[in-house]
Amino acid sequence: MTEFLQHLLNTLVLGGTYALLGIGLTLIFGIMNVVNFTHGALYTVGAYVMYLAVTALGLGFFAALPTAILGGLLLGAILDLALLRPLRGADMDTTMLVMIGAGIVLQSGTLWLFGGVAKSIPTPFPDAPLQLGGVSVSWLRLFVLSAALALIGLTYWLINRTRLGLAMRATFQDHDTAALMGVNVRLIYTATFAIGSSLAAAAGALLGPVYVVFPQMGGMAELKAFAIVILGGLGNVTGAAIGGFILALAEELGAGYISSGYRDAMGFLIIIAVLIFKPTGLFAKAERIG
Amino acid sequence: MSETGVPILSVDHVGVRFGGLVAIADLHFDVHPGEIVSLIGPNGAGKTTAFNVMTGFLKPSQGQVRFRGTGLEGLPPHEIVRLGLSRTFQRTSVFPDDTVFDNVMIGLHRRGRARLVDTLLGRDRAGEAALRERAQELLDWVGLSGRARDKAGSLAYGEQRLVGVALALATEPAMLLLDEPVSGMNASETQVFVRLIRSIRERGVTILLVEHDMPMVMEVSDRIVVLNYGRLIAEGPPAAIRSDPAVIEAYLGQGSAAREAAQAVRETTHA
Amino acid sequence: MNQHLPALALLAALVAVPLALGNEPYLLNALITTGIVTIAAMSLNLLLGFTGQLSLGHIAFFGIGAYVSALTSLGFDVEVFGGLRVVHEPWPPVVGFGLAVLATAACGYLVGRLSFRVRGAYFVIVTISFAEVVRLVALNWVELTQGPLALTGIPPFSLWLPGLGTTTLRTKLQNYYLVLVVGTLCYVLIARLVRSRFGRAMRGLKENESLALSVGINATRTLTLAAVISAAMAGAAGSLYAHYLRIIDPDVFLFSTTVTMVIMVVGGGKGTLLGPVVGGLIFGLLPVALRPVMVPEAQWMVFGLVLIVIQFVMPRGIVPGLVRFATRRRASAPASVPVEVRP
Repeated sequence: MTEFLQHLLNTLVLGGTYALLGIGLTLIFGIMNVVNFTHGALYTVGAYVMYLAVTALGLGFFAALPTAILGGLLLGAILDLALLRPLRGADMDTTMLVMIGAGIVLQSGTLWLFGGVAKSIPTPFPDAPLQLGGVSVSWLRLFVLSAALALIGLTYWLINRTRLGLAMRATFQDHDTAALMGVNVRLIYTATFAIGSSLAAAAGALLGPVYVVFPQMGGMAELKAFAIVILGGLGNVTGAAIGGFILALAEELGAGYISSGYRDAMGFLIIIAVLIFKPTGLFAKAERIG
Repeated sequence: MSETGVPILSVDHVGVRFGGLVAIADLHFDVHPGEIVSLIGPNGAGKTTAFNVMTGFLKPSQGQVRFRGTGLEGLPPHEIVRLGLSRTFQRTSVFPDDTVFDNVMIGLHRRGRARLVDTLLGRDRAGEAALRERAQELLDWVGLSGRARDKAGSLAYGEQRLVGVALALATEPAMLLLDEPVSGMNASETQVFVRLIRSIRERGVTILLVEHDMPMVMEVSDRIVVLNYGRLIAEGPPAAIRSDPAVIEAYLGQGSAAREAAQAVRETTHA
Repeated sequence: MNQHLPALALLAALVAVPLALGNEPYLLNALITTGIVTIAAMSLNLLLGFTGQLSLGHIAFFGIGAYVSALTSLGFDVEVFGGLRVVHEPWPPVVGFGLAVLATAACGYLVGRLSFRVRGAYFVIVTISFAEVVRLVALNWVELTQGPLALTGIPPFSLWLPGLGTTTLRTKLQNYYLVLVVGTLCYVLIARLVRSRFGRAMRGLKENESLALSVGINATRTLTLAAVISAAMAGAAGSLYAHYLRIIDPDVFLFSTTVTMVIMVVGGGKGTLLGPVVGGLIFGLLPVALRPVMVPEAQWMVFGLVLIVIQFVMPRGIVPGLVRFATRRRASAPASVPVEVRP
């Protein structure tokens, strides 16, 4: 029983960051109809900015996190302006291939700059875990969970309570009509891609200190983000949030009760199962975001 | 034409709803072998939806379509074609990246029956030659031989409609559904097309068409079925439809484009 | 027959290359691996180019082919569910090749059926996921695959050739010509296929699916058949790879190899016969040219940039560009027969 509770706790911590990853990807798909193959690279970049901010810049852990998020925001905006804006109206395959190319450039660039050796990010949290009954959780992981939940809340607020969010929702519904109503659709696309990217970077910056930071870390994260988004239905933000936790649960239970080697396979088995049995995702149709 | 005898196509109380939206409320009519029937109505009346139901692209919410005695429910489009019911499309009637000739070759899919092994071993030259001959005949028939080597996507809108007809004829249908075949054609092209429709009928193909060009509809049709708001409001020979108050009312109730059509309906009365 | 001229000229050049090179093991090795990946790229083109299905899990077929072929020729002894032991004695590599083709054809059937249920972005993601699951199995089923320790000592092909008797292909030169023969065979098969009724059905579905259905083309059957043939060819390439390198590990399933194939197809010209071959040679040998001047990471950056730049300046690829140039030059001369000329 305690073992199961421990798994549930781990699920919450992992699920929070997975949800961030998934929400970022699903926002970009839902609003821009772009499958973002740079999502994993942005996750990696977030982790490396966090690493640099803490070690080279000496910013301190809590100031480094917003720096990493800002880094993702900026890089996302640049990617959209440089690559996606000129290709607007091109078919989905074209943008996918361009995004794959950009993802390779970012990932190989990281490898080139930092080398292949994994780095760890020092944290200000005590080593001794917090004991809660029979289960234990490190203070770092508790912080990661709270930060992830705070960021998810912030994203919801942004989408549902701000003018920008209103414009994003209108664009999601019908970009032509939104444009007619005076929404600057090009700007909304850039904002969407930047926000989605910043969420990927945030997930990397949060999980980087928990594990280690290395250039290929984004590859698996990206595939997991795809799994989450398919689980929740492409373009469905709430679905992605829930999907993040479901994937984390499946991984925890799979690793705990089947074999740790197949932890990462859970997401793909979920994808394949969902697509075979319910191709629109588990959570109804993505008729609206938010 | 006669209303007796066995219909080739019967639309039996078909209804189509998308969520709360009613595209077709209750459509019920027959087409008899050898007839040319037109399905008309203002924009949004459900004409193309009806075509999509008849050819398996849409499942009706109620009712069913029977073709030569076979219920079409649940049949995918490619099997309905096999029964001898073929169609053209309103907007995208060609394979744009292929030549006109290759378009027809693709359309002759059901004629070629080469086995995959023979294809891989290069043993199907005779069959291919026969297909090319047939493709040439079809292009001669619709009058597109001169454009055989042009990319279909580069053709004028009216010519693309003709490619669409050639593609549909390539399937050797017993009945042909034409979705706005003369849109994009000028008056003389339309006249040529009317002759084409008649030549198709002379070869025993029944024709149902959706069209906005009223003079053309009045000229070519044996019988007209009028739809409005997804409901059948009139049915009969052109002469009766021209003077039917419900039809004129339906067209007048619409916007200016529809008023023009109504005007056209009345003008053909005096023509 | 002049439509085949460019392909025949290329073939003649490829036959002559080793004679001109002399004994250059490094270059010959690069040519062999390039040739093998090019065969996989040609098979990917059948899906990506001719049916318009962006399959990004193609490496799975390649890797499965490699593992099936290697395991058939090495033998194995594993325990499956319920304590059931499966023991397999080694068979000749040629049998492995055949089984690799059959096994990947079966996988292609499954993916092909799925491709009709899920389209667009979903299809792309499901193919990537499929490849990743297979990689994780290769990594974790250590008893069968040795996991990260790799399968070693895979025997080379032995062929019976008229006049030569049974020959074991140990030298690079022999393997080069084996790859060339298999590659040519695949090219001819694909060429026949796409110029046939089946090829027309694929093009029809890609260009205008509704219209294709309405002339009686069965989409499920056509797409599934394309996936089966495509997967079988990728499996054949994987088998060649295993028996040439004689060692394989789960890295044969890396996504980056799929990306290389995609660059070959898209860069060379998707939906053309020669495109993946030209693209395969260019992008397969590019690392050889870049190697003296940059580290592998930088080479990959170049690959990524190439993929981006292609989409902006040459979205249809090199071969269609050349064809357009050539046809413009002799635009005045009327052509004779209206058959589909697609080099």
